Amino acid sequence: MEPIPQVEERVRLTSSASGAGQFIRSLTAIIWKDMAAELRSRELLSAMLVFALLVILIFNFALELDAQARATVTAGVLWVTFAFAGTLGLNRSMAMEKDRGCLDGLLLAPVDRSAIYFGKAIGNLIFMLIVEAIVLPVYSVLYSVNLFEPGLLLVIFLGSIGYVAVGTLLSSMAVQTRTRDVLLPILLFPLVIPVLIAAVKGSTGFLQGADVVDIRPWINLLLVYDVIFIAVAFMVFDYIVEE
Amino acid sequence: MMITVRKLIKRFGLKTVLRGMDFSVEPGEFVALLGPNGAGKTTFLRILSSLSRPTIGLVKIAGYSLPNQAAAVRRRLGVVSHLPLLYGDLTAEENLRFYARMYAVAHAENRITDVLEMVGLSSRRRDLVRTFSRGMQQRLAIGRAVLHDPEVMLFDEPHTGLDQDACLMLDTVLREVAARGRTVVMTSHDLARVADLASRFDILSRGVITASVQRSQMDPNNLLAFYRQAIAEA
Repeated sequence: MEPIPQVEERVRLTSSASGAGQFIRSLTAIIWKDMAAELRSRELLSAMLVFALLVILIFNFALELDAQARATVTAGVLWVTFAFAGTLGLNRSMAMEKDRGCLDGLLLAPVDRSAIYFGKAIGNLIFMLIVEAIVLPVYSVLYSVNLFEPGLLLVIFLGSIGYVAVGTLLSSMAVQTRTRDVLLPILLFPLVIPVLIAAVKGSTGFLQGADVVDIRPWINLLLVYDVIFIAVAFMVFDYIVEE
Repeated sequence: MMITVRKLIKRFGLKTVLRGMDFSVEPGEFVALLGPNGAGKTTFLRILSSLSRPTIGLVKIAGYSLPNQAAAVRRRLGVVSHLPLLYGDLTAEENLRFYARMYAVAHAENRITDVLEMVGLSSRRRDLVRTFSRGMQQRLAIGRAVLHDPEVMLFDEPHTGLDQDACLMLDTVLREVAARGRTVVMTSHDLARVADLASRFDILSRGVITASVQRSQMDPNNLLAFYRQAIAEA
């Protein structure tokens, strides 16, 4: 049977209604929508920020570290902070889609569903990087540690990509359940262990001035993890969000 | 046929919700799908809208089959459910602008203005959706669904939670959509309301269509008796 043509041509679609043009258009639309909604509500960023700052403050009082110990634990404290604050953000970001059935609205759009995944993932990455950009100077002041090392910032960037790549995929799965707040960390943390180990080792290496040759394997692990999980998410997102 | 469904089965684990359902709709028809709670109405509409995969069976909309040609089907569908599918922290026009980009609507600003006028929300276009009443959100949800001028409209209990005035407004919009030659499938529990709207009534019970009648072949006042008889015989 031949497809039935459009009933009415009054509302036209743009010339790039399919293919790469539409992929980019829908991806940027999702990022814009997340940013605009967050600018109004400030729910997600404020929750992540308050949580992250509280964690580093608590560690500061609890550990009472000398200068040498600080360099050793800094990477661990930072990544614990980023991981927990990131989970809050991932949960909230997907809950926003679920609350008024908006996830269905996204899934009903005639776009490649991987554009939805990448739009949400890039939005989550931006929020995570904003929190990290605020937490790092505060940590620097509280712990008297210089964190503005290009190598360390690269590790934080790569680690955040891996964390968000897996987190966005799992949060879109967890959001379908009643126990989404509990389920996400249970699913996420075992899967991001390689990222967290590589990120902590890489960060510690840069903070302690280790040789780049010694740090490179950890950076390579982060790169490989990022590529693999972005590819996996690209392939399975469609099946995860469909009943 | 605009919609063709043959031997549709949908299972969730061990539970079978749709049991070999057959269903077809001509272009321009307005079909009211009636049935008790748990009959499978929402599941069926979710399959038609490509949000859920059929376990077994053929589903074709405007000549495109599901799930293989889902993107082509979605381009031709407008869906309104009892949830608005709108972002509370965006304004009415921002919501429509977002969906216009997702559906690649050309000359989006003109179209958004037309749609807001159609649903009577022009004066509230710059207000946040979370400040809207339930009725206004539902009207905007209809605006979102018709934004790309779809050939087929699916309404899943759109009157749920609306007050009397909002229901009347919704009915006006539904009539306008139908008058433009769109094919409409609507589920509802409100027999009195759909009796005036639909051109055909199908009764869904225990996962199959048990009865179907054209409005032209029946006095709309007898719809309740027809419905009860169809459910009792299922």
